[in-house]
Parts: sequence; C-alpha cells; structure tokens
Amino acid sequence: MAKPTAKDVLLKPIFDNNPIGLQILGICSALAVTTQMSTSLVMSVAVIAVTACSSASVSAIRHRIPSSIRIIVQMVIIASLVIVVDQILKAYLFDISKRLSVFVGLIITNCIVMGRAEGFAMKNDWKMSFLDGIGNGLGYSFILITVAFFRELLGSGKLMGYTILNPVTNPDGWYSPNGLMLLSPSAFFIIGIIIWVIRTFKPEQIEEA
Amino acid sequence: MPPKDSIANTFLVSIVLCVVCSLLVSGAAVALKPMQESNKLLDRQRNIIEAASLAEDSKSLSGKEIKELFESRVETKMVDLSTGEYLEDDVAYDSRKAAKDAKQNTPIQGEFDIGLANREKKTRVYLVRDSAGAIEKIVLPVYGMGLWSTLHGYVALDGDLRTITGLTYYEHAETPGLGGEVENPSWKSKFVGKQVWTEGESAIDDNLRVGVAKAAPAPENAKYMVDGLSGATITSRGVDSMLKYWFSNQGFGPFLKQLASQQGAAADGKTNS
Repeated sequence: MAKPTAKDVLLKPIFDNNPIGLQILGICSALAVTTQMSTSLVMSVAVIAVTACSSASVSAIRHRIPSSIRIIVQMVIIASLVIVVDQILKAYLFDISKRLSVFVGLIITNCIVMGRAEGFAMKNDWKMSFLDGIGNGLGYSFILITVAFFRELLGSGKLMGYTILNPVTNPDGWYSPNGLMLLSPSAFFIIGIIIWVIRTFKPEQIEEA
Repeated sequence: MPPKDSIANTFLVSIVLCVVCSLLVSGAAVALKPMQESNKLLDRQRNIIEAASLAEDSKSLSGKEIKELFESRVETKMVDLSTGEYLEDDVAYDSRKAAKDAKQNTPIQGEFDIGLANREKKTRVYLVRDSAGAIEKIVLPVYGMGLWSTLHGYVALDGDLRTITGLTYYEHAETPGLGGEVENPSWKSKFVGKQVWTEGESAIDDNLRVGVAKAAPAPENAKYMVDGLSGATITSRGVDSMLKYWFSNQGFGPFLKQLASQQGAAADGKTNS
C-alpha cells in the first residue's frame, strides 16, 4: 500500500470510502438523530472530535500498546473522550444535549470510531490519524446532514427550526408534512438512495454479487 | 522500559492509561459541574413556567428572561405533604435526596403505585398569583417510574385546584420516540383542561378521575382522561399512576384541601400564606 497523503486521508472518506455509504458503519445513530438539522450538526461535530482525538491518541501511544489489550486500550480512550464531549455538551448546549439523549454516549459503540482506531491509527503516525479521524467524521457528517436535510424539510417543513415549507397547520399553509420522514425507516430509505447515487457515479464501489 | 508485549508492560500501560483517563474524565466533570447545575436549574424553571403557561413560547426565552420571569411571577413554598401545611423553606433542601434518606422519607402507600418505595416528607410547590393576590396557578412536582427510569415533571393546576393547565417532563430516560414522547408538545397539550376530580363536585379525595387511558377514552371520561402513547404502554401507565398518586391523599391531597379551605376563608381578608 502506498503511503497515504494528507489530502487523501482527509477527503477520501467523504465520497470514495464513506464510512456509512461504503462501509455501512454507524447506521444506528444515523437513524436516531437525523430528524432535525441542529441535532445532526451537533452530533457530527461530536463524532468528528471523538474520532479525530481518539485516533490521534491511539496512534501516539501505538508503540507502547501491548497487542493483547489493544482493543480495551482503544475503548478506554474512546469512552473517556465521549464522556468529556458529553459533559461539554451538557454544560454549553444543554437543550440539544437533552434531545440527543443517549446517542452522544452511544458514540462509544459507534463502529466508525473503533474501526478507525484499530484499522488506521494503529499503523500510522498521529498527525495522519488525526486527519483520518476528521475525514471519517466528515464522511459520517455528510450522510447525517444530507439525511437530516430531507427528513426535517419533508417531515416538518423546516430547516434548522425555521419554516421553509409552510405546513397546513398554519392558516395560510399548503404543505402537508410527511410523517413517515420523522420515523426511523425514512432514514433507511434516504441512506439507501444516497448509496445508490454514490455508486452510480462511482461504479467501482459496487460489490460483486 | 519493558518490551511491548511483556506482562510488566501490559500492567504498566493499563495502569497509566486508566489514571490518565480518569483524571481527564473527572477533571471535565468537576470543572463543568457548576455550569451543568445552573443549566439544570434553569431547565426546571423553564418547565415550571411552561407548565403554568406563563409564557407563550417558553422554549424561545433566553436564560435571563426565564430567570426574571420566574423570580417575578413564581412563589416557591415548602409544603409538608402529610398535613398540607406550609413550612419554612430551607435553601439547601433537596427533595430528591430527601426521598432516599431514611430520616427524611416515608414509605409510599395507598392504592396508587408509582413504582418507588419511598417519597420525601416535604417538597416545594410553586404558586403563581394574579394581581389581586389570589392563586392563579399552582405547579406541583410529580414523579414516578416509567419503563426504564423515573420520570420527573411538573403538573399545573388552575386556581380552582381541579383543572389541569399543563404538564411537562424535564427528566426521564424513556425510549426516544416511544416513551420519550411524553415530551411531545402535542401529547402534553392533551392534558390541558382535564379535570382531576368529578366535575361539578368539590371533594378532593381518592376518587380520582384523571388519568391516561389505553385507547381513546370513552366519551364520559373525555373530560378526565388522555389517550395513552402508542408503543409506550408502560410509560403511559406510569404517567397515569403518577398523576393519581400525587393528587391522592397520599400525595398533594392534604395540601390541596388546605388551600381550598383557605380560599374559602380568603373572603375575610386572610392571605393564603
């Protein structure tokens, strides 16, 4: 494998090697927090921060981590960072952290974070790992925000809490909100469509049947 | 330094890592605690304001506005639950801690089961008065078990002490999207206007009519009951028994009776406090 360049590790995960789109990781939270743009944005930032910092820390001490306990070591680092992020959200963004409820804590079990620590950070230096973490976080965010965009727009006629499509519940409204969009299955449909679109433009991502 | 895969190194790495991580986590927790506490307090005040519908849209108010509104309109009172008498307020008193402290709690009895063994003996209630000084609204703290967690909320009664004017939940850990829908504004709004006791009577007793029905309530109950949350039977049942318990004679019954009799006596210029 050729040595990856900074640009590659940062940008490749967004379209070419998207953690949700290609690797189908981290679906759980992608379904749960995407009914609104604001929660998705905060969740994205939280995941980017955790992935980048955990990858960098794992990578920085990778020569000292005994292979027998490496997964536990990664988990401890990830879990600590997630708690710190959760505490920060509770202090500064209380309202959104209430709406994100358990899902910030569940970043610990998000396969993307663990996957990057084990798959990339254990083999590369800390700067690369940091960028790789940001890149994969961005890939995750790209899907999350796209899904949230459609779900909030079609489900409640709003974006970031501002009314875009005037719902029929208002006196002069005309848009009848699609309730399905607020339920989890719609995220599956949208993720499916995104994967379809990405693979139409990048046929090399299609697995052999 | 011992070689990477030796037992000594395994211990060394795990110990150092644990110490570093615990310092990080506890450091963050301790440093951010005051801010989180003030957020929590603000959130409770916001919920009291919402339950009492003191603001058109309590979500859009800033922290400062909430604080000002709360201080100007809401009167906090400590109440002895068994007698219904007002007590001296003690700023340090924490009703949640008291509910767990054997010296300050009392077992939960009676026919309504809120899934907990004990409750505190005294708690804080919140009064909103109109310009003439009469009670316009009264906000009572309620809690009880749902499916996964204890739900904490506030229920507001109208000055007649029989009509619910609002219900909010500020803390719970029910399943988002199912039991978590107790926070859904459209569900909460269904409680507004419900009667706690039979309409037209004046008794405050254990013949409670208020509650959460399993399906759309029968027409004769429509004044009292609310349709439960679909997919959240146990949470809905929790809300049902919690309302019944706290309005019963085991809960705020004595206090409400006290208030009602004081309201009757208020004609000769007596104040309620």
